Amino acid sequence: MDIRKIKKLIELVEESGINELEISEGEESVRISRGMQAMAAPAPIMQPAPVAQPAPAAAPVAAPEAPVKESGHEVRSPMVGTFYESSSPDAPPFVEVGQHVNAGDTLCIIEAMKMMNQIEADRSGVIKAILVKNEDAIEFDQPLFIIE
Amino acid sequence: MLDKVVIANRGEIALRILRACKELGIKTVAVHSTADRNLKHVLLADETICIGKPSATASYLNIPAIITAAEITNAVAIHPGYGFLAENADFAEQVEKSGFTFIGPTAESIRLMGDKVSAIKAMKAAGVPCVPGSDGPLTDDDALNLAHAKRIGYPVIIKASGGGGGRGMRVVHKEDELIDAIQLTKSEARSTFNNDMVYMEKYLENPRHVEIQILADGQGSAIHLAERDCSMQRRHQKVVEEAPAPGITPEMRAKIGERCCNACIEINYRGAGTFEFLYENGEFYFIEMNTRIQVEHPVTEMITGVDLIKEQLRVAAGQPLSYTQEDIKVAGHAIECRINAEDPRTFIPSPGKITRFHPPGGLGVRWDSHIYADYSVPPHYDSMIGKLITWGDNRDVAIARMRNALNELVIDGIKTNIALHQDILMDQGFVNGGANIHYLEEKLSDNDDQ
Repeated sequence: MDIRKIKKLIELVEESGINELEISEGEESVRISRGMQAMAAPAPIMQPAPVAQPAPAAAPVAAPEAPVKESGHEVRSPMVGTFYESSSPDAPPFVEVGQHVNAGDTLCIIEAMKMMNQIEADRSGVIKAILVKNEDAIEFDQPLFIIE
Repeated sequence: MLDKVVIANRGEIALRILRACKELGIKTVAVHSTADRNLKHVLLADETICIGKPSATASYLNIPAIITAAEITNAVAIHPGYGFLAENADFAEQVEKSGFTFIGPTAESIRLMGDKVSAIKAMKAAGVPCVPGSDGPLTDDDALNLAHAKRIGYPVIIKASGGGGGRGMRVVHKEDELIDAIQLTKSEARSTFNNDMVYMEKYLENPRHVEIQILADGQGSAIHLAERDCSMQRRHQKVVEEAPAPGITPEMRAKIGERCCNACIEINYRGAGTFEFLYENGEFYFIEMNTRIQVEHPVTEMITGVDLIKEQLRVAAGQPLSYTQEDIKVAGHAIECRINAEDPRTFIPSPGKITRFHPPGGLGVRWDSHIYADYSVPPHYDSMIGKLITWGDNRDVAIARMRNALNELVIDGIKTNIALHQDILMDQGFVNGGANIHYLEEKLSDNDDQ
């Protein structure tokens, strides 16, 4: 059962106001009940494209990265996918602002093609900022964390 | 109609696809490498996703990144353009398995036509004329191979089954060179394509390259949109293309076109495709089928009035073709010049910043390109930066318009092959029409000798 189908079912539950929905397809089944943190559709817009201009190079598009250039080391995404701050919807986030991390600690999960990839800190320090939100759509090289 | 499409390509074809999507009200997602953030279509797209570092392997050939980009944007279909993954059957298969529509034929069709030996077999079965050949892969039986060549008649050409587009081939003129040539081609094929299957064909000495454009809806209908002549080539790369092909009569066109359409229906083809032939002495000889939209599609669009990319999108949306065969009429003549960022004499690529740019215009002039003033052509990809296309009531008018347009076109800051095209458009052999596939290289080596 692919994840987009499940998202659509969740939207159905939200819109209809029913408490619980269970669907079986062959050997697979999914149950959705209210009270779970609903998965909002991931924010798909990576950068607002400017209105078409004859010489677009004259006004370079605002970069999707952090609008304020913070000091500290940026941890950037090595892949395209969906950002999850914790290992599961009810689990606490891997890291919080102000938390000390060591190199190799898991900072977040990026999910792509149904595979969960743990993104690790490439150096030790304190999490100064978390630049993305849970379930955001992430592109390659997008800054995720600032470690100082 | 499709709701949202990922454009899995770059440069001029990505812009071309974006334009067609916009006309059909389809939302666009531009996936791009870090080097391509300022591509024109990226700046115009509804959504953009950076998918990797500049190298093609990391980005435009990165199947998981592209499919994931489709997932996170909730796209419904992926257009592969040409090159990159456009004829990668595994990609087409994974796209469909992941729940998206691959804008093109099925993985099965791509596999069938990607293997040159099986493609020829399929075409023969469908009644499409082929080059006399070994009718199958060559074995290690030297005596049999010599017998093949004797039957076919020298010169023969040994071709890699996994090759195509001019790669993995060797011509043999004399019998005593045959066995070594086969061995060499096999080992090259093994290392280049991971597949050492080779076959043999008659080598035509003075053929022209004539190809037939088709559209099939995957629901039992196929039409052809006349032919293109792409004989102006250098090292198997097309330089100038035109439509229709000089000397082809409507009767010949109808006959070969019908064979191609029948073949499409036989193999359940879906989408746009091109049957490539060598044409010599009034006879067509099938060499390969390209299961994608091609670079030179604009010349067909100019003489038929059909928007081929929009038809691809319609077919992918499950709609029938917008045209029947009777609707397709050939009007006038079109020529396309591929403008490359390269030295016009040495052909060494010339990436860098375009400091001044002025496109040509006027009736019958079409400029398909992503470049703009201050755009930097990156070094990581092929050197084609635009296509200049002209149309006229007849070939002379198309030539006159192309000469004028080439003179108006200004691209400063990098080297381009505009001067080469100006030379070709003044060349008597080209102007006469009907030059064969060796003509340009012979002309260029004559130029060098002077």
